[in-house]
Amino acid sequence: MTSPPPDLPPFAADWFARRGWSPHPHQMALLAARGDPSTLLIAPTGGGKTLAGFLPSLIALGTDPAPGLHTLYVSPLKALAADIRRNLEAPVAEMGLKLRVEDRTGDTKASQRARQRTDPPHILLTTPESLALLLSYPEAPKIFRGLARVIVDEIHALAESKRGDQLVLGLARLQTLAPGLRRVGLSATVEDPPALAAFLGNDARVLLADSGPDPDISMLRTERPPPWAGATGLHNAAEVMDLVRAATTTLIFINTRAQAELFFQALWAENVGNLPIGLHHGSLGRDARARVETAMAAGELRAVVCTGSLDLGIDWGAVDLVIQVGAPKNVKRLVQRIGRANHRYNAPSRAVLAASNRFEVVECVAALQAVRARDLDGEPRGPGPLDVLCQHILLTACAAPFDADALFAEVRSAGPYRELSRDDFDACLDFCATGGYALKAYDRWRRLMLREGLWSLRDPRATRALRMNIGTIVDTETLAVRIKGTHGAPLGEIEESFAATLSPGDTFLIGGRTVRYEGLRDMSVEVTRQPSKTPKIATFMGTKLATSTRLAERMAALLSDPTAWDALPAHTRDWLDTQARISRLPRPDRLLAETFARDGREHLCLWGFAGRNAHQTLGLLVTRRMEAAGLEPLGFVANDYALLIWGLARVEDPAALLNPDGLREGLETWLGGNAVMKRTFRTAATIAGLIERNMPGRRRSGRQATFSSDILYDTLRKYDPDHLMLRITRDEASRGLVDFGRIEEMLARSAGRIDVVRAPHVTPLAAPLLLEVGKVPIKGEAEARLMREAAAALLAEAGLEA
Amino acid sequence: MATPLTLAGTALAALPSGALWWPDEAMLCVADLHLGKSERIARHGGALLPPYETAETLDRLAADIARHAPRVVVCLGDSFDDGAGADALMPENSGRLATLGAGRDWIWIAGNHDPAPLSVAGRHLAEVARGPLTFRHIARPGADGGEVSGHWHPKARVALRGRTISRPCFLTDGARLILPAYGAYTGGLRADHPDLAALLSKSARAILTGTPALTVPLAAAAAPL
Repeated sequence: MTSPPPDLPPFAADWFARRGWSPHPHQMALLAARGDPSTLLIAPTGGGKTLAGFLPSLIALGTDPAPGLHTLYVSPLKALAADIRRNLEAPVAEMGLKLRVEDRTGDTKASQRARQRTDPPHILLTTPESLALLLSYPEAPKIFRGLARVIVDEIHALAESKRGDQLVLGLARLQTLAPGLRRVGLSATVEDPPALAAFLGNDARVLLADSGPDPDISMLRTERPPPWAGATGLHNAAEVMDLVRAATTTLIFINTRAQAELFFQALWAENVGNLPIGLHHGSLGRDARARVETAMAAGELRAVVCTGSLDLGIDWGAVDLVIQVGAPKNVKRLVQRIGRANHRYNAPSRAVLAASNRFEVVECVAALQAVRARDLDGEPRGPGPLDVLCQHILLTACAAPFDADALFAEVRSAGPYRELSRDDFDACLDFCATGGYALKAYDRWRRLMLREGLWSLRDPRATRALRMNIGTIVDTETLAVRIKGTHGAPLGEIEESFAATLSPGDTFLIGGRTVRYEGLRDMSVEVTRQPSKTPKIATFMGTKLATSTRLAERMAALLSDPTAWDALPAHTRDWLDTQARISRLPRPDRLLAETFARDGREHLCLWGFAGRNAHQTLGLLVTRRMEAAGLEPLGFVANDYALLIWGLARVEDPAALLNPDGLREGLETWLGGNAVMKRTFRTAATIAGLIERNMPGRRRSGRQATFSSDILYDTLRKYDPDHLMLRITRDEASRGLVDFGRIEEMLARSAGRIDVVRAPHVTPLAAPLLLEVGKVPIKGEAEARLMREAAAALLAEAGLEA
Repeated sequence: MATPLTLAGTALAALPSGALWWPDEAMLCVADLHLGKSERIARHGGALLPPYETAETLDRLAADIARHAPRVVVCLGDSFDDGAGADALMPENSGRLATLGAGRDWIWIAGNHDPAPLSVAGRHLAEVARGPLTFRHIARPGADGGEVSGHWHPKARVALRGRTISRPCFLTDGARLILPAYGAYTGGLRADHPDLAALLSKSARAILTGTPALTVPLAAAAAPL
């Protein structure tokens, strides 16, 4: 043991000494910075980040702490808050500190939550939503008056979503209640530390810990070349099983829940030694997930097949291998996943990438090169969303009447809202107060009233509904899946839209088992076990993550440069060679447009490399233009790299279809009626408090209490098209599922430089697209015919006549 | 395009808008308008929903009236979201309602949301019998054939090769007819809910509103809502 650093008081120095540890340099650096207003620590996993965050608090509280809340810890996961509490208990006890450390999440008992409001612990561990709830109580000023430190864990993950925006608005509130509050953010590796520091706010300084050795990362070697299309990666199962056998503990990341189910089954088929392997994803029941987590913590599992559900969470020291099956989509997330392997400080992480089709081979190689070059991607998130601000304003009013000028200044002190204009703030305030409608006759029922210069709730009973609506996560509707005749814990959940496609007798995978759909009962899906049957493909994961801009650029660059193909396997090189011969290679600064005839249909393939969501939206916009131009489009399919459209007429001039003029208007007008826009609206309207969430148990018991957000959306579009909620919906559409921003970016990048190739037949690059699932037929008369046919068939089947 | 149907030997038509048309009597019948719904919620301190649903509902009603020129209009109860709804209507909406009713026999059937006589022009009745048909708000178990009612807001979903279509629907078994809610912000009850199943025979069918109109057996409209 080296001599204890001078900053440590004896009880802490002794504790390190007894453990035979010496503090990491970044732990000491954070301790030295304990007087600074705000510090962002960026350190690799396994670096004792959490202890670094708490050490200044433990030392300040010392052996004789004054009562009252001193430190608030916020984590994105409820489970993490509980784990950290358990992990803190040991050092607190061993240092002989008499501290109360408690967690407070949605899972905490009501009695304990009530007690925490009158008698808070020294250290409180919570989530952004629970913090927002605490801040909405009139007691908030009393609870937080003496708060000295706030620690935001996994801040890189929070910063990517509206949960983070809500959190930093809460931090701004806390700063007003406790002006001396010091902030600490704990983050994994990110591409833009200053941006994250600005998000944490309060003039945060960045503290970079040693990022550790480069990871040992490679491509999976397989016997056979991967298939042309599909994303299941099942052909890799045998090789992946070999790696699992050779490692101690392996985390196998897969992009979607349905693919994870399929891969888990394929892996079991190869698991001759019956190694203990678990499955973990967000559609599984809470019990099923907890069992896997417990077994993992106890070192009982050799591998877990998982989705993003295990991107965050408690460190498992025994993990020595991470396998990514399928395209990584995003380099930063890949790096963070790789960091889950070998959580020992200063030991290299070992990771293997397993591509599930030909394109993914290229994407994996591009991602691997980016990881080695430490070239991380990340999409800047843009200014703080206004729906979150609306919720914040309403919750602020729940706590106490507020002054608009003071709240505006406070909100602007939160990183994402630092550029917020007074006009936008006032629009949000007006929305909260009156609904923000053009119809002023409605004002008499306003929600907020201005009384003696302060805004307060007109009807104090509204607090209950507003608190019920806290949070920014708006789930897709799901149904529990249960074994017929049982009342125990559900096997998991499936999305309603998937459930709606099932007929009795259909089979699907859940929890690694094939089950047979029997029917609906008490709002859950009843199934029976069907171990022998081949499942209907499970597609209960709705949205797909799009490949990041940076990674797509790297891919396009790799494809366009044959001298760089040494990094690719031979079968991929052959494929690209053929493409160069028959057509052309896509180039990063140009747009390749291929046309060819096949099966009596004309095809147009656009190589935009703008990600799946943007291509999907472009497909809707371009086919609309084709219809107007009499080019008779029949359907299209999009993946992360290209858009393939087929129709009856040959497209001679793709440039005309891609003319940026008027494209945005198309988004505003007819795309406005699109289901994705409606979903975007539903999310924003729920967060902003226009629609109340569906509460479990209250849902659809008797007459439906909730409103169809689609009808609200249509009504607003018709009568009040400039309403704040529609503005928010349009803003959101430039990102996320609609991703219009990337279409504009792509068109700007190629600036009309379009390479049009008329190929004699389907081109090698385009061929896999013909095999993609998720083809979108063009709506219209075709759908109406489909409906009539289906209705006739149903009536006939039931012995009825139409 | 209207869907013809027969109830107790009477020829009727289910309109895509959700209204019922009885050509021989020149009668238009609509259920559950729930006018003033957003305002009632706002009055009680709830969410401030877009206050345009009354105008939206009246727009559609005006279109049906213009097209069919009914002599009689029957509103099957829950026409207003509560008793105060009729009084609280904004002037332009109450004016429109008066214009629509001019020169017609307008009958307001009492509903559970608006049981008391309303302060709007027209006749206010608990139920109406005309020929073989009886019009009331809530279907009465064991009622004789020819009953037309509303109240339940039935809604059906049909799954078509991976797409689902969900719409308000008429439900009928030839003896009884339950109308969809006509109002704009009205939720729906699954057509296969036990309360509805108890009222209808096994051969009941659902006629989905909208275009194209779609008629399916009730059993097939059982996809999860």
